Amino acid sequence: MDYIAARPAPAKSPAPILRILFGDAVAALITVGVIGLIVLMLPVLEWAVFDAVWHGDAAACRAGGACWAYIHDKARLILFGIYPPDQQWRPVIVIGLILAMVMASLSPRFWNARLALLWGGAILVMLVLMKGGVFGMADVPTAKWGGLPVTLLLAVLSLGMGFPLAVLLALGRQSKLPVVKAVSVCVIELVRGLPLIGLLFVAAILLPLLLPSDWTIDKLGRTVAALTVFAAAYLAEVLRGGLQGLGKGQAEAAQALGISYWKMIWHIVLPQAIQKVIPPLTNTAIVMVKNTSLVMIVGVFDMLGAGRAAAGDPAWPAPFTETYLFVAAVYFAICFGISIYARWLERGVKRKSHA
Amino acid sequence: MTAITVTDLNKWYGTYHALRDVNLTVAEGERIVICGPSGSGKSTLIRCMNRLEEHQSGIISVGGVELNDDVKNLDAVRREVGMVFQSFNLFPHLTVLENCALPQILARKTPRAQAEEQARALLERVRIPEQAKKYPGQLSGGQQQRVAIARALCMKPRIMLFDEPTSALDPEMIGEVLDTMIHLAEEGMTMVVVTHEMGFARRVADRVIFMAEGQIVEEAPPETFFTAPANSRTQEFLRQIVH
Repeated sequence: MDYIAARPAPAKSPAPILRILFGDAVAALITVGVIGLIVLMLPVLEWAVFDAVWHGDAAACRAGGACWAYIHDKARLILFGIYPPDQQWRPVIVIGLILAMVMASLSPRFWNARLALLWGGAILVMLVLMKGGVFGMADVPTAKWGGLPVTLLLAVLSLGMGFPLAVLLALGRQSKLPVVKAVSVCVIELVRGLPLIGLLFVAAILLPLLLPSDWTIDKLGRTVAALTVFAAAYLAEVLRGGLQGLGKGQAEAAQALGISYWKMIWHIVLPQAIQKVIPPLTNTAIVMVKNTSLVMIVGVFDMLGAGRAAAGDPAWPAPFTETYLFVAAVYFAICFGISIYARWLERGVKRKSHA
Repeated sequence: MTAITVTDLNKWYGTYHALRDVNLTVAEGERIVICGPSGSGKSTLIRCMNRLEEHQSGIISVGGVELNDDVKNLDAVRREVGMVFQSFNLFPHLTVLENCALPQILARKTPRAQAEEQARALLERVRIPEQAKKYPGQLSGGQQQRVAIARALCMKPRIMLFDEPTSALDPEMIGEVLDTMIHLAEEGMTMVVVTHEMGFARRVADRVIFMAEGQIVEEAPPETFFTAPANSRTQEFLRQIVH
């Protein structure tokens, strides 16, 4: 018998641009709609770019265009809040440290106990840098901390401390021990059942009233605690999904090989569970970054709070729109960064599972 | 020397009586094949031998150590016993080499270099050294099962349990896995194998055990088992699987 030789598949020519845009009624409708939207946006562009005031003082900004000069003038206030201006090199270093640590932690290849320790050390250095009072640095009480470093610290701390807590809660929820299981379920359901603002109020206002008066926990500390517990409850449920997606065979194989429970969790179960839930983990991380802006309500000056305070300066013509756009741009940069990173991680996972 | 002694073993899943008064002795170096219809308790029996399933009554001792609630005993037994599963159960997030090396590092505190050397040696022995850097998902079923065998052997077990090692494989891959197991048998490994591969049983087994409804129904050397089975259930079973 003669074998049939392999032939290349017939080429598929790309559709002409006009057919893509106006090929059928729906496409045409969408095209017209989008063009309409762009036309509607033109005044915004005029305001933001053509009529905008890029340099100058408050007086120059009365014309009506966007007042970017103000952002330029107030950048330090928005980024660092009321942190003493002559000491602002310290939060700059803190931001740099956070970025450096994030960069160093990107590749899953470096995820080990040493990295966790390094993070712990780095966080300690950051807190000392912010607080001062040692090594000749002036003491800056947490009430004066503000802006971007506070936003970043809140996000990193709440996610970083929330994650190990979430692992324990997720494992506890699956535990065969009834007390462990009941406590885990209670914590998760209670925290998920409360709005974050409520939790923040409890931490910031109610907690000091309930605790003995000589127990003074810093307000920022209490806020971090509330955010951590909140993040942990949501992360725990995300992780539970990943744990359930793991076949029983993985644990059995580890047991048969004589691997102890916690080593199995750390080396076999968690890496796989996390790989399975990268998209919802990303989602929770992004939500938590944005949730940190709610701390403004209990009087912690994150970036949004600092921005609002800056825009209230009566010398300038109330440039709230510009401030919010600027703050939004920073948030977007952070969240979009997380999103891109997660997609990169997922590609890495896919490479492993397909030939 | 006996490797495994099972005495009056009983096991229930809820109210379902899965193993009923099972008695079995496996001598060191002996190769036992267990077969039987599905639901007959053969997998449950083999899984009790390293306590992946807990039994409710009776005594199982492996290498002279009794399997009970004592964690120290359990560790000691699992040190001696390797297991190969129907669904391979390789760790999909680790490379083939890591699959073989990491358990030694975690369970035996073997230094990494030594663990990797051992892993390479065993991958060589199951004839897939060239796949060391790949991930399990990139291998065929037969290759994955051979990695699973290598992974178990890396722990230097004295007894190997095989729970239907070829049932999840495409027909053309069964041979390569059976070959690996035959090699292992020739080297003198004590083996308990749950399988329906009667060719393998005929060639390798010292004794064939037939189970039905949680009991050992028949126990005989392969020649007797295949040519002159005593029990009618065995005869019926053999008729059904040997077309």
